Amino acid sequence: MSAAAAQDTHIVAATAPLIEARNVTRILPGVVPTTLVHNIDLVIRENEFVGITGPSGSGKSSLLYLLGLLDLPTSGEVLVRGQETTNMAEEDRAHARLTMLGFVFQFHFLLPEFTVLENVMLPMRALGQLSASAMRTRGGDLLGSLGLGDHMNKRPDQLSGGQRQRVAVARALANEPPVILADEPTGSLDSKSSEQVFEVLRDLVHRHGKTVVAVTHDLGMAARMDRQIELIDGAIVADKAVLVERI
Amino acid sequence: MNLILDIAWTHVRARVRQTGFAVAGVATGVGFSIMMASLMQGSQDDFTNRLVNTLPNVTVSDERRSPPPQPAATLYAAAEIHGLTPEARRRGIKNPLATMAALEAWLPGAVGPSVKVQAIIRYANHDIATNIIGIDPRRESMISDLPKQMRGATLNALFRATNAIVIGDRLSDKIGARIGANITLQTSEGARLNAQVVGFFHTGVRQLDESTAYVLTKTGQILSKQTGLINELRVRLREPMTSREIATRIENDTGYKSVSWQEANEDLISTFIIRNLIMYTVVGAILLVASFGTYNIISTITHEKARDIAIMKSLGLSEYTVRSIFVIEAMIIGVAGALAGFLLGYLLCLALGSIEIKNPFLDSDRLPLAYTYTHYLLAGAVALVSSVAAGYQPARKAARMHPVEIIRGAT
Repeated sequence: MSAAAAQDTHIVAATAPLIEARNVTRILPGVVPTTLVHNIDLVIRENEFVGITGPSGSGKSSLLYLLGLLDLPTSGEVLVRGQETTNMAEEDRAHARLTMLGFVFQFHFLLPEFTVLENVMLPMRALGQLSASAMRTRGGDLLGSLGLGDHMNKRPDQLSGGQRQRVAVARALANEPPVILADEPTGSLDSKSSEQVFEVLRDLVHRHGKTVVAVTHDLGMAARMDRQIELIDGAIVADKAVLVERI
Repeated sequence: MNLILDIAWTHVRARVRQTGFAVAGVATGVGFSIMMASLMQGSQDDFTNRLVNTLPNVTVSDERRSPPPQPAATLYAAAEIHGLTPEARRRGIKNPLATMAALEAWLPGAVGPSVKVQAIIRYANHDIATNIIGIDPRRESMISDLPKQMRGATLNALFRATNAIVIGDRLSDKIGARIGANITLQTSEGARLNAQVVGFFHTGVRQLDESTAYVLTKTGQILSKQTGLINELRVRLREPMTSREIATRIENDTGYKSVSWQEANEDLISTFIIRNLIMYTVVGAILLVASFGTYNIISTITHEKARDIAIMKSLGLSEYTVRSIFVIEAMIIGVAGALAGFLLGYLLCLALGSIEIKNPFLDSDRLPLAYTYTHYLLAGAVALVSSVAAGYQPARKAARMHPVEIIRGAT
């Protein structure tokens, strides 16, 4: 067994599987069908900080959407906490996204008519488990912890790009999902804002015990994550786990 | 506020101009529908009221719907009998006073005896075929509005002259007879009588005003050459709309042909049905056109909000929730349009009601309008349903959007 594999075994043993992809293939139908990902076998475990890298068109985002139940595989299956999801009803998949998964995209996708706090409260309101005041308090705490306590009542267009992306992170965390899936979260930010967002994501893993799976083009950033998965032409060509400071 | 309502309201509020146009479209449809319905219903009610108030609600005549069987046919049922002439019977209702008493025992209204005779009125070279009705003026107020419809004299004027007659105002115009004029009445039975015009009446029903005259019962009996004849019982009911059922019962009880005002005017009533059908078709078309505006605005919003829909779905909002947002937006437009339409409709009715008109076919100088909440409810309900129906299709399409395609498109 190689040293890298030994390290991987160590991490695997420490945490439980959260998301599993079993022999997942996604083909876009059309006159010429396009294979987005091919025969992917992957296990994402609790408290992992995973970076997915690869050249453009390698299937990074497609894999993320499949893991996040936003897309359905053409074959194979995706399990979340051991539960098979590909045959779930759309309503159940939506509920799983609402409770188990948080998304951060390259663009913040905040609702422009709502304030920052209202955007963060959106998933909580959709879930409907907290009272209005509890939602407000939790939304405020989340924004405060991301350094946006003073911007709660502003509209998204009154914030900088980095601030908006941190609001998107706060929104992703609203229902306390165990997994955050981020698609190029720093792709549209300058280097300073990128670093801030990266630190936020890393804190989620290291301090708050979340699992973060992030697609990134930035190899330097990926190198600072706990695990790097490299895709080429829709297939995993490398899956390296790195022991970092949390051990 | 509920999340779905909140998002829907925010979308609608953010597009004041577009939403305003859609609301104005619905409001115009609702407003004009109410106005049309009010006008149609008003004219129909006006005409119906005149019919109900002028004519007896039920008329019992001395006829039978089917001729009574001949004694020969009854006695020799097995035999085939040819060439029989129906048995001639004495005209008139048998024992009219007893029949009236029997009817008054259960009828929710009043009954009055009368003699109806066909005659020709001759005056100043005019020969006009007329229905002469012999009545008891003292009972008339209980069975018709004739005393209120008198012009130039009261109905009691019939007692003031020998062979006094009251004629319709249009008939008087036609023959040029004024009060005090002596006219000649000639019947097919050969009776001929000179009568003095003592008053006019105006019912507003052209047919009656042109060809009806009233005399005392006794005069009617003289004209029909039959003493003590009562060939018609006229019934006025407290609930005129029950006339059909009451007429059926009277006919079953007495055997005499009893005709309700609805049956007597069936052609008119069927015309009203066709008219209403046309009206509701036009109203429906107006509201349908208005709903295109709603469809347009909801389609535009869903198109503009594709990215928001994608993110809402990725956050875990279900298809049902997303669909509900846009259906509620359509409902908001429908409700706002209906409310504005109620106001517009009311104002249009007021404006229409204030216009002075001169029409030889109408007594009133104002258009008859019916103000009833059912028009508002109906127009509002149709507007709401058509708005929701118009919004449902784009809402459904929006809810089915694949978030990945939109997110990929946006990035």
